[in-house]
Amino acid sequence: MSLDKKYSKEVKQILSKYPAEHKRSAVMPLLYLAQREEGYVNKEAIQDIARVLDMTETEVASIIGFYSLYHDKKAGKYRMQVCTDLPCALRGADEFLEKLCGNLGIQVGETTEDGLVTVEAVMCLAGCDRAPMFQTQGPDGIKYHEYMTVDRTMELIEALKGDEK
Amino acid sequence: MSHVLLRHRDIPDINKLNVYKKNGGFDAFKKAVTKMKPNEVTDVVKNSGLRGRGGAGFPTGLKWSFIDNKSWPHYVVANADESEPGTFKDREIMESNPFQFLEGLAIASYAVGATVAYVYLRGEFWQVAAFLDEKIAEMEEAGYLGDNLFGKDYSLKIFTHLGAGAYICGEETALLESLEGKRGQPRVRPPFPPAVGLYGKPTIINNVETFTNVPMILANGADWYKSMGTSDSAGVKIFSLSGRVRKPGNYELPFGSTFRQLIYEHGMGIQDGRPIKAIMPAGASSSLIVVDEKVLDTPMDYATVRTLGADLGSASVIVLDETVDIDWVINKTIHFFKHESCGKCTTCREGNHWMRNLTDRIHHGKASSEDVTLLLNVAKQMQGKCLCALGEFSTMAVVTGIERFPEDFKKAVKA
Repeated sequence: MSLDKKYSKEVKQILSKYPAEHKRSAVMPLLYLAQREEGYVNKEAIQDIARVLDMTETEVASIIGFYSLYHDKKAGKYRMQVCTDLPCALRGADEFLEKLCGNLGIQVGETTEDGLVTVEAVMCLAGCDRAPMFQTQGPDGIKYHEYMTVDRTMELIEALKGDEK
Repeated sequence: MSHVLLRHRDIPDINKLNVYKKNGGFDAFKKAVTKMKPNEVTDVVKNSGLRGRGGAGFPTGLKWSFIDNKSWPHYVVANADESEPGTFKDREIMESNPFQFLEGLAIASYAVGATVAYVYLRGEFWQVAAFLDEKIAEMEEAGYLGDNLFGKDYSLKIFTHLGAGAYICGEETALLESLEGKRGQPRVRPPFPPAVGLYGKPTIINNVETFTNVPMILANGADWYKSMGTSDSAGVKIFSLSGRVRKPGNYELPFGSTFRQLIYEHGMGIQDGRPIKAIMPAGASSSLIVVDEKVLDTPMDYATVRTLGADLGSASVIVLDETVDIDWVINKTIHFFKHESCGKCTTCREGNHWMRNLTDRIHHGKASSEDVTLLLNVAKQMQGKCLCALGEFSTMAVVTGIERFPEDFKKAVKA
């Protein structure tokens, strides 16, 4: 089913935020909608958005490529995005990330074997005073996790596993 | 002293509509719409000396007065993109004192004749945006947003819009591009947004903290606001303190407070009592200040920090202690800017690519002293040639790091 049929109510609500002659503004919220279920935007969704907004598919794809929170490839169900920028690094973010990856047996950018978590290093998330910190990007949106330790993160991953079942 | 902006620290539950209302909430907006002409509102803000809190420090009232009244409709956009490493103040405002921010945005909209306003939040503020949506709905319900407000011929709608992870969208024209559904790349200026902004229409863009000042200024008057701070920088500022301090966090202080007060009285000093090596007062975009006793006693306002060879910017104070190597610091900042360069202008796109290669080499002990000279040259050649300020920002820590901490680089290339 096409994106605009499947989420017809939400699409309508999104479009209502912008002047009708400037509906292209809706491309960003529609892309979030498109990657809600699978964590990435598939080709059909790009076509649907292009059609709804009178854009070319290339234009839609260029938005996905430009912004770091849109993805065109499948990854883990949750992307665990750890900030390693200067202020967080001054509070141990690099060591945190290394230990976390060691515990999970993966490298930065890789996904756990069960497909649950992809660990990524990202740029500043405006949580500098609460580092180490990361966000999880998943089907239910983006959530912040602050004042984190490796132990607490492993507990969080166990809890996410629990949600799976 | 009680807070002007972080009022949730004095008044519990101020993020609830009835509590906000009980504490004078929306009185200023009502006064503006029912008793003042739009230009009178702008005049009060102008007289208060309020300057933009996003980093540039441009006089807010003056910016509003630039709105082009020959072209309609007008828009107001709140810049809630907060992405500068070391900055986390707008987030606290929106999470904890949302109505004061939204009221300020509403007053600004009235002042420039906008009937639609947008809050552009960085995509990572997903939860914050959902929360603001709830608060906006509550304001609509209570009659503070919608049609014919306070029985007058003024209507206003506020919408949130989520970005999706791009530092550059904090630059106001890149933000507008993004809001229009394009890649967030800066426009050539002039024309400036008050003449040609969102959808080509006159648009006022201010930072979240800037708007949050406005209801208090209208309620208490320009003179009250000017009585705080310094003659150069009126009022209060939220300082985001991070790095090697014992108690990082947001601290609302009058302009003119010293680095010592911020770091030692509020931040409780440095971890393990170590000496401070350097301060970055404006996040990753900052020049590095070599710290001595005189620097610590310097009052923080826009003009005085400049005498130290740095800008106060968004007042995101990152503190580096003596154990931190400056070659590592610029390696971190350049990795950030390399990732965030929007790619539109050659200077920033290519410059950051080569600066990244050089700082990597230096930081990993694979460089010669010529590489340090080359890095300094690349950074200096970029200056003055970037399309937007963010390209310039990438060079600040590099140039001042190498020039003010030469020993760190000597050590790095020898090792």
